[in-house]
Amino acid sequence: MDFSYSPKEEAFRQEVKDWLAIHLKELPKWWRNPEVPGPEIDSEEYHQFSLWWHKKLYDAGFVGIAWPKEYGGRGATVLEQVVYNEEMAKARAPGGANGLGIGWAGPTIMAYGTEEQKKRFLPRILSAEDHWCQGFSEPEAGSDLANVQTRAVEDGDYYIVNGQKVWTTGGHYADWAILLVRTDPTAPKHKGLTYLLLDMHLPGVTVRPLRQITGHAEFNEVFLDNVRIPKSLQIGETNRGWYIAVGTLAFERSALATTVQRENTLKDIIAMARKMEQYGRPVIDNPLIRQKLAQFYIDISVLKYTGLRSLTGQLRGERPGPEVLVVNLFGTELNLRMEELAMQLQGPYSRLMRGSKYAVENGQWQFSFLGARGTSIASGTLEIKRNVIAERGLGLPRATR
Amino acid sequence: MDFGLSEEQVMLKTSARDFLEKECPKKHVRQMMDDEKGYSPELWKKMADLGWQGLVFPEQYGGVGSSFLDLAVLLEEMGRALVPGPFLSTIVHCGRPIDLFGTEEQKKAYLPGIASGESIFTLAYTEINGGLGAKDIATTAKLSGQDFIIDGTKMFIADAHIADYFLCVTRTGGHPDSEEGVSLFLVNARSEGIEVKVLKTITGEKLCEVVFKGVKVPRNAILGEQGKGWRIMRRILDEAEVAESAWMSGGARWVLETCIDYACKRIQFGVPIGSFQAIQHKCANMAVEVEGATSVTYYAAWAVAENDPQLTLAASTAKAWCSEAYKHAAIEGIQIHGGIGYTWDHDMHLYLKRAKSSEVAFGDADYHRERVATLMNI
Repeated sequence: MDFSYSPKEEAFRQEVKDWLAIHLKELPKWWRNPEVPGPEIDSEEYHQFSLWWHKKLYDAGFVGIAWPKEYGGRGATVLEQVVYNEEMAKARAPGGANGLGIGWAGPTIMAYGTEEQKKRFLPRILSAEDHWCQGFSEPEAGSDLANVQTRAVEDGDYYIVNGQKVWTTGGHYADWAILLVRTDPTAPKHKGLTYLLLDMHLPGVTVRPLRQITGHAEFNEVFLDNVRIPKSLQIGETNRGWYIAVGTLAFERSALATTVQRENTLKDIIAMARKMEQYGRPVIDNPLIRQKLAQFYIDISVLKYTGLRSLTGQLRGERPGPEVLVVNLFGTELNLRMEELAMQLQGPYSRLMRGSKYAVENGQWQFSFLGARGTSIASGTLEIKRNVIAERGLGLPRATR
Repeated sequence: MDFGLSEEQVMLKTSARDFLEKECPKKHVRQMMDDEKGYSPELWKKMADLGWQGLVFPEQYGGVGSSFLDLAVLLEEMGRALVPGPFLSTIVHCGRPIDLFGTEEQKKAYLPGIASGESIFTLAYTEINGGLGAKDIATTAKLSGQDFIIDGTKMFIADAHIADYFLCVTRTGGHPDSEEGVSLFLVNARSEGIEVKVLKTITGEKLCEVVFKGVKVPRNAILGEQGKGWRIMRRILDEAEVAESAWMSGGARWVLETCIDYACKRIQFGVPIGSFQAIQHKCANMAVEVEGATSVTYYAAWAVAENDPQLTLAASTAKAWCSEAYKHAAIEGIQIHGGIGYTWDHDMHLYLKRAKSSEVAFGDADYHRERVATLMNI
């Protein structure tokens, strides 16, 4: 075992730190201080802010670190990507734009796309010239994703697509979508799906915002009405789309551990606990609260070292074991528990939200608590994640669902 | 960056598993539960021949010179096999502190016997109140001429009935609440005035009450300095917690694998029960806890091997997590097995009992969470 990084990785770490030392100062005040009013996260102003920061990251060569140079990436190693993620999280820097393009669409195109598709799409994903969204889920295809009903019928060099997608985050400003459609309604449901790339600006594409639990509208429903998608935008073979979609989701699941973010959250919770009183006593002296805070520290260690075992397996080129899947489930649940304690610590004040007199830290925890609930559902509910651990990780027989 | 086992460690693990499956089947574990000695000298000898007792000790004292991380890998397999006997007490609780804090003379006198499997040691530490702090040490050692006289009662002392030596934790001075004034003595178990009573335990482990009544020990039997024993004790506790965690993580993994196996085979309602989400989710939760146990245990074992400044925090983290992981796994293990899991014949109860025993050994999860909170300065 060896926790050290190579000189090359350490040099890169220094480069990131040096860059941050200059550019963090350019961030608006509201990014660091919840007391300063900032734009709502679903506003155009916030979107422009993401793009502005993304451009800086991109110009510095920090977007697509482990992607090949020929597709606009840095051509560096997975570990350099790890180092970068770690330093950005430590500095609590914003993440940049086009997360879905970079995290899902890009890796899928890279793994399954044609050379032409790669050259056309990948560089523009990294530069965020093209914004991407995801068109998998439908009203009748949630956890049962293979039940996708959106139909694609061949018409010469085109597919004619009709149907509805839902929970499409960022759909209102996306240029492209990764799309799962049914091409063979007679085949078993997993075997009649095809994976397409959809130009969101085509005629017949209608995007309607959906308002979330937080009051914001980041996601949408997307209606497809006789949309003509050229066959050249198909990824992989016809009727093999399910297997590619599962691969896309795997990119998300193997995303690098969020340990540093959880460490930051714990620091913030402890800082708040030091200020709060309940029933006339400092909250931090309550043994039950101390137990919970210590458990968070322990949980973060579990997340960190299980994540490192998983990373080690990846670096050694081993077949991923259950630890890879476990990290994703556990990290999500840990965050939910932390958000809940943050609310609990505020007692009666936990009901006050942003903009209210007396709201604790201007209601940032109310927002993050509510927002976090989405993480127990998006990209596989916690229940589906447990099924996946059981069936793919542990080899239990497939459930009759 | 590499947080995985080396090829040698994987080999050690595999060979230990093969050896123990053959030499320490559950039949043997059950026999030892009722056995007066509680361990098999033949198996003990075979383990010594493989170099297990000497694994972490320097070659000059008859050891192999491997790291604590290697030992943790071995302990996982021993915990998986529920190996009965005085391994943890001899190697981790006594041999290690002798190696780390003993004089050259003491090392020469004791370590070769430990490494060869001749000598059995145990730590005479906790007392009637079961506490783990310096303030809980009421056993006294008083200077009388050139000797110390030890008086007091020690409780839950593993394998005291077969031990050749005790490492006895005493108070030689200082305020009763203070860490100052604690002294550790290497005591010949056959000394006059020692009385050992074996207690009947849920696991069949031989935990004992040991009464020291006017037990005379020479001055040079002190390990480390007089009155400065708590510093040694702190290290013993750190290592004992990590070792217990490795033992637990190995046991918990057996439970998980056994449950998966059963859930694939057991048919109810015409299908394997492992296809029911109720069972799948239990197994998934168990996998989270078991993988986590392996991760934090390896990190803590690494911290021992490297003398990392975060060792105490890492040890408490591992002990808190593994204590609960093993217990939860064994409880669910019985539930997943249904009626058969509740029988004496099935092995699952052996693991539940061991999980409950290991949970409280060197502090349970609540205890270690409070320690973690303190070490985090909150």
